[in-house]
Parts: sequence; C-alpha cells; structure tokens
Amino acid sequence: MTFLPVILWSDLLIWLLVLAAIVVGWLSTGNPLLRAAWQRVGRSRAGMASATVLVVFVAVGLLDSIHFRPRLESREGQAVAGQPSTAYAIEVLSLLDALLTPLRTRTEKTYSEPLATRAYAKEAIEVRDTDGRIRQTRDYPRLKHGGAHLGADEGRRDADVGQRLLAALALGVVAWWAVAAMTAAGLARADACSHREAWRRIWRNECDFAWNAVLAAMAALLLMLLPMAMLAADYHVFGTDKVGQDVLYQILKSVRTALVIGLVTTLVMLPLSILLGVLAGYCRGWVDDVIQYLYTTLSSIPGVLLIAAAVLMMQVLIDTHPQWFETAAERADLRLLALCFILGVTSWTGLCRLLRGETLKLRELEYIQAAQAFAVSDLRIIARHILPNLMHIVIIALVMDFSSLVLAEAVLSYVGIGVDPTMISFGTMINNARMELAREPMVWWSLAAAFVFMFTLVLAANLLADAVRDAFDPRLAGAA
Amino acid sequence: MNEKVDVGGTRNEILLAVDDLRLAFASGRSLLTAVDGVSFSVAAGETLALLGESGCGKSATALGLLRLLPAAGRIVGGQMRFAGRDLLRLPEAEMRGVRGGGMAMIFQEPATSLNPVLTVGHQLSEVLERHLGLAGQAARARALELLMAVGIADPERRLGEYPFQLSGGMKQRVMIAVALAGNPSLLIADEPTTALDVTIQAQILELLRRLQAERAMGMLLITHDLGVVAQMATRVGVMYAGEIVEEAPRAAFFSSPRHPYTQKLFAALPNLAQRRGRLETIPGQVPSLSEMPGGCRFAARCPHAWDRCRQQSPQWRQVAVGHRVRCHLDDGQGAGAGSGGVSGTAVGGADAVAVQPMGEPALLAVDDLRVYFPIRRGILQRTVGHVRAVDGVSLELARGRTLALVGESGCGKTTVGKAILQLIMASAGSVRLLGQELGGLSRSAQRPLRRRMQMIFQDPFASLNPRMSVGEIIGEGMQALGVDPQGEGRAAAIAAVLRQVGLDVAAAGRYPHEFSGGQRQRIAIARALAVQPDLVICDEPTSALDVSVQAQILNLLATLQADLGLAYLFITHNFAVVDHLAHAVAVMYLGRIVERGTVDEVLRSPSHPYTQALLSAVPSPRLDARPDYIRLPGEIPSPANPPAGCHFHPRCRQASAACRERYPETSTLTATHTVRCHLYR
Repeated sequence: MTFLPVILWSDLLIWLLVLAAIVVGWLSTGNPLLRAAWQRVGRSRAGMASATVLVVFVAVGLLDSIHFRPRLESREGQAVAGQPSTAYAIEVLSLLDALLTPLRTRTEKTYSEPLATRAYAKEAIEVRDTDGRIRQTRDYPRLKHGGAHLGADEGRRDADVGQRLLAALALGVVAWWAVAAMTAAGLARADACSHREAWRRIWRNECDFAWNAVLAAMAALLLMLLPMAMLAADYHVFGTDKVGQDVLYQILKSVRTALVIGLVTTLVMLPLSILLGVLAGYCRGWVDDVIQYLYTTLSSIPGVLLIAAAVLMMQVLIDTHPQWFETAAERADLRLLALCFILGVTSWTGLCRLLRGETLKLRELEYIQAAQAFAVSDLRIIARHILPNLMHIVIIALVMDFSSLVLAEAVLSYVGIGVDPTMISFGTMINNARMELAREPMVWWSLAAAFVFMFTLVLAANLLADAVRDAFDPRLAGAA
Repeated sequence: MNEKVDVGGTRNEILLAVDDLRLAFASGRSLLTAVDGVSFSVAAGETLALLGESGCGKSATALGLLRLLPAAGRIVGGQMRFAGRDLLRLPEAEMRGVRGGGMAMIFQEPATSLNPVLTVGHQLSEVLERHLGLAGQAARARALELLMAVGIADPERRLGEYPFQLSGGMKQRVMIAVALAGNPSLLIADEPTTALDVTIQAQILELLRRLQAERAMGMLLITHDLGVVAQMATRVGVMYAGEIVEEAPRAAFFSSPRHPYTQKLFAALPNLAQRRGRLETIPGQVPSLSEMPGGCRFAARCPHAWDRCRQQSPQWRQVAVGHRVRCHLDDGQGAGAGSGGVSGTAVGGADAVAVQPMGEPALLAVDDLRVYFPIRRGILQRTVGHVRAVDGVSLELARGRTLALVGESGCGKTTVGKAILQLIMASAGSVRLLGQELGGLSRSAQRPLRRRMQMIFQDPFASLNPRMSVGEIIGEGMQALGVDPQGEGRAAAIAAVLRQVGLDVAAAGRYPHEFSGGQRQRIAIARALAVQPDLVICDEPTSALDVSVQAQILNLLATLQADLGLAYLFITHNFAVVDHLAHAVAVMYLGRIVERGTVDEVLRSPSHPYTQALLSAVPSPRLDARPDYIRLPGEIPSPANPPAGCHFHPRCRQASAACRERYPETSTLTATHTVRCHLYR
C-alpha cells in the first residue's frame, strides 16, 4: 500500500455528523410537517444562496477530514532480505493536502505580498555583473516559486495576471452557463414543460426551490474561485507568511478547524441542554431547582476564565504523556477535541434555559394533559409530545451557535488558549497577525484573507440560520 | 352596483358612509379578497351591529375603516366617507387626527390593548394631548372626568395605577375611557365584551349604551353574539364570507329575518323551545378566502339553493323599509322562522336516557373536594397562605346524565374537572368513580379507572399535538391504556370512532392543522371516546367555536349520550348550552357550589341571588325579553383572600348582617334543589 489510512477522532465525529445529517434528512422526508418546513427553507433565496456558499466550505472541510500517512520511498539496502519493510511518513496528510501539494510545498523564505514576484524584505544578494564579477547588493530577492514561470521578464507579470483573469472569466461564464442550462433542463423534465418555460420560472422565482439564488451564488463563487485557482498555479494569491507558507493554503486548512469547532461542540452541548432543560421543565420541583442552580452558577463564572483553566489543565496532561500519540497531528487533534468539549460544557446553559422555559409552557398545554389523562407514561410524553415540539428551537439554536462558536475559536486562539499552535486555524492566523501588523512595513494580507474568509463563512451560516429559523418557527410559519 | 344606502327613517346626519369597500390580503403573489363590496352607513346616535362568524371579514372591515390593516392587507377599492371627508384620500398625517379624534376603536381583549408599563393616567393623557391639546392640570382634570364617566370608582387613585392592578372589566372601562378621550363622533367596538364574564358584559354594555345616548355618538358594533345585538343595535348588518348579506332595523331583524343564513343562525342557537332536541345546524363551513364560490357565497350551505344561486351572485333587494337582503329567494320563504320558531326537527335525543332508576350507585361521587394552591413568599419560599380554588365541592353524577357546572371565570370550575381526573392533586375530600376511591391510588392503580373517564378541553387548537397525525392522537390513549394491544385492530377501531364523531376515515392520516375548529373538536371527542369511557368531563367544549359549529358539536354530544349512555360533567359559563344539554345544574361561586338542582329548578326558579343575577345578565337573542337585569356591582373577588362570611355578600343586594359573619349552610328546597344562602333558612 502506498499509504496508511489514519483516522483521527475528529474525522470520526465529522463523518458521524454527516451520516446523522443524512439520516435526519431522510427521516424528515417522511414527516409532512418537517418536509414542509425544509421546503420553506428551500424557497428562501437568502438561505439557499448562503447554503450554496456553505456547501463549498463543507466540501473543503470534508476533503480535509480524510487523513493518511504516505509511504516513504524505501531506500535500497535498508530492506531486510525478502521482507520489504514499509515505513510511513511521520507527517499525517489529508486528501486536501494531497490535492494542494503544489501550494503546500512551494514555500518561500519569508513574507511576500499577494501576487508578488519578489520577497517583502530586502536581503543581501549576490549579483553577477555583465563583466562576470560577483557583486553584493541589497535588494528584494526574487521569489523561488512566485511568478517563477516568468523567468527574468518580471515586467510581464501584470499582463500575465490579466490574461489569466480573462481566461478564468471566460471559463467561469461557460461553466456557469452549462450548470444553469443543466438545471433548466432538469427542471423542464421534472415539471414536463419546455426549457424556455423552465428558464422563465427559475428567474421569475416561481419554482418551489430558490434556483435563481443558487445559480446567482454559483456565478459569484465561480467568478471568485476560478481566477483564484488559475492564479494560484504560479503565484501566491494571498501572499506568504513569515516562514514563507502560502496563505491561501492556510486559509483552506482553517476551514476544517472552524467546522469542527462549530459542529462537534454542538454535539457535546445538545445532549446536555436537551436532557437537563426538558427534565427541569417537565419535573419541576427539586429537579428544576438543582438544574437551575447548576446553570446559573456555571453561567456566572466568566466563560474565558473557565475555558482557560480547562485548556491549560488539558495542555499539561497532553505534555506529560507524549507516549499517547504516534504523530503530532494526533496530539493537535486531541487538543482540538478537548477544546470542543470544553466549549460545549460551558455553553449549554443558554439553550438549556430556553428549552426549560418552552417545556414549562408545553407541559401546561391541553394535549399534554390529555395524554396524562390517558395515563401515558412520563417518558413517552416527553418523547412523543414534548421533544418534537422543541425540535424547532434545537435546530434554530444549532445553526445560530455554529457561527458564534467559530468566532469563539478565533478569540480563544488569539488569547493563546485555543487550538494547538501547530494546527492552522483562523484564530492562530489572526494571532500571528498581531505581530505582522506591528512591523514596518506592515504585513496586512494574512489578516485580510483570514478576515474575508471567516466573514464569508459566518455570514453564510448566519443567513442560513435566519432562513431556518423563519421556516421552523411555528408562529412565523403560520403567518406565511 | 350597490344602490345608495338607505338609513331608514333616521333623522340624524350620516357620519360614516362606506360604499363598495373591498379589502384583500396579500398571500405570496396573489391577493385574497377578505371583504368584497361592503356598503353601509352609520348615523349619529345609532348603533349598527355587524354580525358574523369568525373569518367573515368583520374585524378587517373595522381596521380598514381606520386604515390600520396589517402589513399584508390592502384596500383594493371602494369609498369611505367620514363626516364629509374621503378617508381614502386623506394623507396619513390627517388620518391620525381622524383616528381617536373622529373614530375611536375598542378592541376585544382588554388585557392586551393597554400598554402594561404605562399608568392609566399616562395612556389617557397621551390621547388628550394629541387630540385636544390638553396638558398638565387640564389633562388630569379631563382624565378624571373620563374615568368617572366610565364608572370607575376612586378615579384619583386609578390614574396612577398600572393595567396589571386593574381587573378585566376595569381594564375594558379604561379602554373605553381612552377611546372617548378624543371626543370621537363614531365608536367602533370590536367584540367589546367577548373576553368578559356575563355579569361584567352586562355592565359594559349598559355603560356603552349610556355613553352613546349622552354623547349622541354613532357606534359600529362588531359581534358574533345575537344576544348582544338584541340589546345594543339600532340596525343590524349580517356578514357572511366577506359580504353583507342582510341589513335590517333591529325589530325587523329579530321578527322576520329574510336571508337563509340569518334564519339558520337563529335556529342554531340553543333555546328553551326545544330542550334536548336536535339543534338546527348549518352544514359545512365558511368557504376559505382562496376558494370563494362564484355565485352566492352561501349557496353551498343553503337548503334553498338552486342553480341560479351557484351561478349568479344575488343583488340587493329591498323587502321592507330599511330592510334589504342579498338572496335570490324572493317569496317570503322562512319568514316565519324567527327567533323561537324552528321547524319541528326536535327529536328525542338525550331524552331516551334521561330517566335513570333511582338507587343505582352514582357513577361519580365527589365529596367535599378541596384544592388549595399554596402562596409562597420570601427567600425560603415559605407558605404564607392558600388560594382556595376549590373549597368543599360535592357532586353526584349518574350514568347517562349530564351535570352542568356553571360559573364565571376564576370560580374554580375547571379545577374541579381536573381534580376529578386526578390531573391536579386534591388537597382534601374524596372522588369516587363506580364506588372506588381515586384519591390515594398510585398511578398504576389509577390506570384501569382512567379508561372510565376522559376530558374534552376548551381550546381545540391547544388540545391536539400539532406534530402527530390524527390517527396517532386517537391511538395514543388506546395504546397507553391497553384498550387494544394488537396494532391491527386499532386501525379499525380508530376508523370506527372517527365515523362515530362524523369525520371521514381518511382523516386518520392527516394532521390537526388541516382541520377547522369544529373538526378539531370532533377529533378531541374521538380521542376521548376511543377508550370507551363512562364519564366525559367537557370543559367549555364549545366556547371557542362559532354558533353554527357549536350547534353541530352539541348535537354530536347529545347523540353520543343517547347511543353510548355517557355521563357528562359539563363545565361552562353559557346558560343557553346548559339549558339545552343538562339534566342537573350546579352553580359555583368562588370555589363553592352555591346552588344545585335540576335544570328546571335552577333556571326557571333560581333561588340564590347570584344565580338570579347571572341569569338576568345573559343577553337574550330576542326582541321582547329585556327584563331589568340585576346589576352585580364589582367583580369576583380573589380566591386567595375571599370575603368573610358569605363570599357573595359584597355584591349581593339582599345581604344582611348574618351574611357578613358566616358562610351559610346548605338549605334544601326540594328533594333535588339545594341552595347555600341565609335567605332560605
């Protein structure tokens, strides 16, 4: 085998979540109310446009969640007679890393501006003069990879970039037309009408699904991503960082970290808040008192303090037990999961309080009393009458929390108690930018790129959350 | 297309003239017409009552007049002239002067139409400042006058109070004072008494009548209650599905209603003439806005409809002075079917099982039931007192009989029902079902008895889980109580019980939100019936329904009682329903039963002053009957702090010294009629 698959704990959880999402989606097609709610989400234009953007992020994150260790080229002589030993690299790579090998491996010496051909700091370089003598000058050195294909003709860079942009634009338009035409054709077949009619329906917003928003978002994405891809082949689109690593590569790696923080944390949070919230609201009495006491106390402790204490303890534990981990990636991964766990344990109180209040309201409703009059057992009442009627709050909280958790990770990493320093995340990028902004001349691209991508991710998640809330909130759904 | 409004014989000037008003609500890309070509006029000093069932567009009309339609609402066409001005052409700034200054509105729910964080005085002075330019002392003096005018005692103190410190009736009085503050010449009252108890309703209606007479105001009264119409209206307009179908002066309206819908409405009212017979019902329901029929909108439910009705919308036709009707029937058909005279469809429904052999053990025997809720105060949550919601109630109910438990809101009647079902723990007393004590039983021991009694709740929208299909809802009880452990028979059983309540078998696969209020109540009844109970506790099962639907449900309950021998404990505040359905009546006041007897005894010869006052306060939907009602001052006191002695004495005209000192013992008038009052000793 040329590689050894590595399954990190966070990979497992992510793929479990994907499986769970598929199962939930499949189950909700069976329930007319849920189906209607999801159809309302599908009709929301803002929701569908942001979902399209999110799909791209999720795809990047999923590609980054399949890990393996490539086999090392075994040198002759090391092989024991008849038994070829296979040694695998100590470095754990993901599928995304493999796809982005050029980006990953083409590192420069240090900072360089976006699309630059020369580094950002002057250095003493030796130049061979026309007469053959070697002269030392102080200048911006030529980059090893950025714009290397231009050779000595650096002045051609602008023309080259323009050319690539035009080509990307043309390719984007063609690709978009193809996708749009395919959509119209599919719709025409589904609705048994002419292509022209399907096309008109898409843009007049007369479909049951906001195809026009999806297509518009796709157009925007293609116009952004294709030029980026074209340029990334030979330039550093977002420049390089202090150690010369491509910023675009770091950004793409950060997406997974953000998704893991946003999704896995809710996995920890949900069972706690649903169980305790429903118990408190349904049982009332001393159970309610205890649970209320618990979450009031917990939410009175400053969150960052609690998280810092827990993360530092975790850090000590990890550092004193290096034998637990085969690779650095596993160590970083465990630390990420620990962070998710800690964030989850400290952030369940808000949802718990909401669910308790809603359960208090629900248990006084007449259909619950009717069930009690039938001597239906409490567990069954909770499972059949209360939980389904809480689901809209849970779904809304889930999507809303996602964006705040991504932001929380950035803040925590900035304070230095976030993910492992070797793990690339938006937070660590922003943390590094602290020093970069302080130097003269300023290095701005790293922060700017991290900001733009995180902003897009969180905005898309927020817009989708809004659409989901509108669709699932029974009061709003009744009005629509 | 509409002829000019005729204000038959009114010499006063016309205040408001509405001509061919059309309102619609935007729904997605289409406009749904809610009010279609409504024309009427209101003169100074007269009351026009707009009568109609829920969803017929009467509230939308009122809001449209003030140009206060919700965001989705549109005024599509027509004309509204108020005091010579075209309301649709006024700029918004001038329209604000008309709202409150020219036309004022009183809303249905007093609890939500006052701002809870502003004092009464503040809310009044807001209007005074806007419309009369009064401020400071002048505004305060005017506010005091207004509060005095609406009959609020101690207005000085009330000015500084917040709405939560006022009772429901008082809030409605304040709301009326706020409406009057701008000296409007037209008052729009949108169901002003629907949320209030009968005794309070009588007070408010009297107040409105007096104010109108004093100020010569025009009034547009929107209501669904024929009794209120009979008391208040000068003229009546009947709305159906967004159209006015009949307009008549009050006398003509009650003596000879001409439109089949109006006639049906009268017939659907439970009344004395046909006790325990079947009520006339209007089949079907009001068509939804999106699927209005082309011809006459009532055609689908009309017994007289013929082809023309389905194709052509009828025009206005004058039948008498000021009396016009939109109907193709032009002979005087059904003119005799007035308030009382429903053609003899009365069949002996419940009468068949009315007589029970004496001596059989009562199905349900409640003895000295008490439910106290502790009032906790302070950090340690110590109990400082009790709300005595139910304070010593005793009842018996035999198989196949109906006992009505009557009282105003807050008297503890619903708590009695829930305590009998063991949904609320009783503090003391015993509840025996078929001779078996329910009180101390564990939950598993209660289980076999749960089958025997079930409950039908008031609000059909809150009593069905919106996330379960009808089949699951009905099957749940059967499953929990092990009525039919095998799944196969259950589908058949659910189908059978659905047929029994008059629903389609296919309903089992659908969800509650697909059904109308009346159909939902049928589902709730089916759920209760599914476990084959002997006793059904009905907690105001028809109070959330329209008159025509109420009649359907009452008929269904009567049929089920006749077929299955059910016993009903019927909790209600509606005497007409009591009269129609019950065999015996118990009247509750502040947690205790003050009078008990057969229907004839209690309703025909009420003995307790409270029963007398309650009965006299019920507005009768007839012309003749307007006896002087017995004014009950004040409102029902808080059960946390009941008055000493007889609980009723502060409101009783006949109270004596003994009433203030101790609670009266039970006095027996006849074998079945008992009363707790010092007058009968």
